Amino acid sequence: MKKILDIKNLTIDFNTYAGRIQAVRNISFSLYEGEILAIVGESGCGKTVTSKSIMRLLPEATAQVNNHSEIIFDGQNVLKLKGKELKKIRGDEIAMIFQDPMSALNPTMKVGHQVAESLLIHTKITKKQAFKEAVQMLKLVGLPMAEKRAHEYPNQYSGGMRQRAMIAIALACKPKILIADEPTTALDVTIQAQIMKLIKTLQADLNTAIILVTHDLGIVAGMADRIQVMYAGQIIERGVREELFYDPQHPYTWALLRSVPKVSQKSKSQLYSITGTPPDLLYPPKGCAFAERCEYCMPICRKDPPVETIISKTQSVNCWLQHKDAPKLNKPSGLKGVIHGQSL
Amino acid sequence: MDNHYDKFVLVEYLQKYFRVSGKQKLKAVDGISFYIKRGETLGLVGESGCGKSTAGKTILGLHKPTNGKIIIDGQDITKLSSKEKKQFTRKIQMIFQDPYASLNPRMTVSDLIAEGLTIHKMGSKDTKLRKVHELLKLVGLNKEHASRFPHEFSGGQRQRIGIARALAIEPEFIICDEPVSALDVSIQAQVINLLIKLQKELHLTYLFIAHDLSMVRHISDRIAVMYLGKLVEIADTTNLFENTLHPYTKALLSAIPIADPHYEDKKQSIQLRGELPSSINPPSGCTFRTRCEFATSACAEKEPKLIAITNDHFVACHQVTSDK
Amino acid sequence: MQISKADFIIEGLITQTIDHKMRPSLTYGQDAWRRLKLNKIAMLSLFILIILTLMCILGPSLSGYDFKTTNTLQLNFPPSLQHWFGTDPLGRDLFSRVWQGGRISLLIGFIGTFICITVGTMYGGISGYIGGRADHYMMRVIEVLVSIPSLVMVILLSLYLGSGMLSLIIALTAFGWTSTARMIRGQVLQIKQQEFVLAAVSLGASTARIILKHLIPNTLGIIIVDITFTIPGLIFAEAFLSFMGLGVQIPNTSWGALAASARDNIMFYPYQLFFPSLMIALTMLSFSLLGDGLRDALDPKLRS
Repeated sequence: MKKILDIKNLTIDFNTYAGRIQAVRNISFSLYEGEILAIVGESGCGKTVTSKSIMRLLPEATAQVNNHSEIIFDGQNVLKLKGKELKKIRGDEIAMIFQDPMSALNPTMKVGHQVAESLLIHTKITKKQAFKEAVQMLKLVGLPMAEKRAHEYPNQYSGGMRQRAMIAIALACKPKILIADEPTTALDVTIQAQIMKLIKTLQADLNTAIILVTHDLGIVAGMADRIQVMYAGQIIERGVREELFYDPQHPYTWALLRSVPKVSQKSKSQLYSITGTPPDLLYPPKGCAFAERCEYCMPICRKDPPVETIISKTQSVNCWLQHKDAPKLNKPSGLKGVIHGQSL
Repeated sequence: MDNHYDKFVLVEYLQKYFRVSGKQKLKAVDGISFYIKRGETLGLVGESGCGKSTAGKTILGLHKPTNGKIIIDGQDITKLSSKEKKQFTRKIQMIFQDPYASLNPRMTVSDLIAEGLTIHKMGSKDTKLRKVHELLKLVGLNKEHASRFPHEFSGGQRQRIGIARALAIEPEFIICDEPVSALDVSIQAQVINLLIKLQKELHLTYLFIAHDLSMVRHISDRIAVMYLGKLVEIADTTNLFENTLHPYTKALLSAIPIADPHYEDKKQSIQLRGELPSSINPPSGCTFRTRCEFATSACAEKEPKLIAITNDHFVACHQVTSDK
Repeated sequence: MQISKADFIIEGLITQTIDHKMRPSLTYGQDAWRRLKLNKIAMLSLFILIILTLMCILGPSLSGYDFKTTNTLQLNFPPSLQHWFGTDPLGRDLFSRVWQGGRISLLIGFIGTFICITVGTMYGGISGYIGGRADHYMMRVIEVLVSIPSLVMVILLSLYLGSGMLSLIIALTAFGWTSTARMIRGQVLQIKQQEFVLAAVSLGASTARIILKHLIPNTLGIIIVDITFTIPGLIFAEAFLSFMGLGVQIPNTSWGALAASARDNIMFYPYQLFFPSLMIALTMLSFSLLGDGLRDALDPKLRS
């Protein structure tokens, strides 16, 4: 498979009154053609900052991207692009859908025109053609009565329909990469299932590579090809889907899997939860960032940050438990999600 | 059957209509009835727009019900005078959904938690402060947090502050309005565990409102499923999950994503057609029929009633009840 | 890096270590002040306003001349070392008179603003929170007041009440509070939707408590900005009325009155008009610039 996005040593700081917040700390990863890569982590782990930096959407006044960072797309470093070149990539080559579809749509513009707009910016077609194309696009994303709905405003849409419109706008120019930042967090479960299915079928049809940013491991299980787990601005484990769900190595990944509510669990039993909160990245810890909340913490974890250990061609983990001197552990129980009581 | 006295909270045929432009009525809550025993948790589940939050707020007294009775501890609170009501609010409290909007940004944590005590003139300054420290400890925060402002805390910590505020005036019944849906998964579990612990220690009764079934299962003794202002199924938790009857409940259950790739690949989830109809013009007969794969012509004609299938399992669906 | 076997013994969670370093606590005010300090123009304006206020307090006693005492030997003296701002047609020291006039101007500005903001905030807060029919009628009252040409009313009122500071303040504040009330109402309509207001209601808080403790403190930002725009507005209105001869009466004076009396001699003694006008202009400009800076500092979301 061909690499289409290559991120090297990405480091992003935010300058605030209290000091420098190290939101993303030296991460590297690649995205391959036509795959779904999931970035999973709790809020504040740097997953959204990472995805925004690819589109160069961070506020330039406060966000500082380190000089050694590279985001290579199509042989160019996106971080070095200026004005016109950048606009060409945004929307045309890389598109984004956001968590809150209402605030991402222009309330004073008909939805059809909003879809047509991105076509008009990036391709040379007439307004009429663009609108026609837009209606086609809205049909593709499963908007009921697309011809009529294209003439309506976002406030006449329900949450699920707005997210469909957002997806239509993002995919209008057939981008190579789609970044989906928590695309269903604001939606109901039944609508969430619809949207996820839609994204998956569209991805197969258009062969778009997707970066799916989410905090919900359940969504990832049915969608992603590869998964990266982020914690405190770093990638702490990565691997293909089966590896991460069936043979996870990092205690944080274990903890995340265990904290997903199990349908098999008895009611009123204590749910597994991770104690404490993630570290404040204004003062990132010296050793492993997860040490303070880790059930398997060792003295070394507090002293030095762990290095990346390669598990397989696709899986790697940053954890001291992989060191040759570390005790060999049995993984905790309760990592798997199923044993469903309901009949399907 | 339980005797009447056991039912600490009893809601009978509660209706709440809102007038929208002209003579149209938005039937947010359209005749729901249920009870909650003392020390029990009832989960109230439904998608956004189904009226579950309105039901919660009406029971709390923030809305005046259009019709119906709300009997708490033997007293019909819809018939109280405003002065009696103020006294009664001490018994019912609410934990809100949005931990960012539910705390006044201009008040310190100790002022926030002590507000109920101040309003009801409970205790001097010193005793109030001691109580605030006790409550902070109870919800897993520490004394040092008392003088800080809400924006300095994470979502989970703010929700703990919200819980402490509700507990300050020693309520017996707490309405939890989607208290974890704005939080990360790992933090959700912390808050749910805290709520379970507090229920055991303080013998609280909960109405737990949520929009999906995954977390509700862990805290609820019984679960009621709501669709477009009406209850469609109500059963104890094990029964609801293991012997699901209503097609809507089935769809809700199958929509929960499971953190297991093989399972997700094989799963044939029930995809609901379309979206929630408007509650201004709800479909005739069974309101769910427009999205239901089993709907027949009979569903359009008659409204299904909640019928007991087993002792404590009620369902409102023609297809289920006609089989019996 | 030295690693020993002892480094690899699992300790698990050490509960005592969960001693989170919290970020330095910043209250709303401190945070706004931090942002305001970065705005050089606003800080300069603030500095000028402090100097002006200090001079109004101390100025009249600095030059050694009383502002009322006439001196027939020193009529219309230009600015010099003896009389820093010169003298007026009656030989009174203009330096003393300008700062004495400033006292009155600023005092009217401050007191008038205090009244306007208090009345406006309460009115707007009540109207917005209660809503419904009460809100409807309260807003109609404001519309009626606004539709009367305020200058005509102010002139009529000051004629009826007679001249003097008290009547000036009454005349100026009688209509001045309406814009504040409208603004606060709009803000309150937004804030009252938030869950913390519901939380207070469910705790049994009274209407007064909700308005005073929950709604108005959250409009503080726009109140402060409104203050910085109301003060110069009132100073200007006072100057205008005094210029028309409806303001403070001799021997007392204000910037407007000083400018008015200098009008006759503008061809010969322009400095008599220059100094009071300069003070009015400086005050107006500084308040406006400070207000802009405060608006950005108090509500960073408004800044693009």
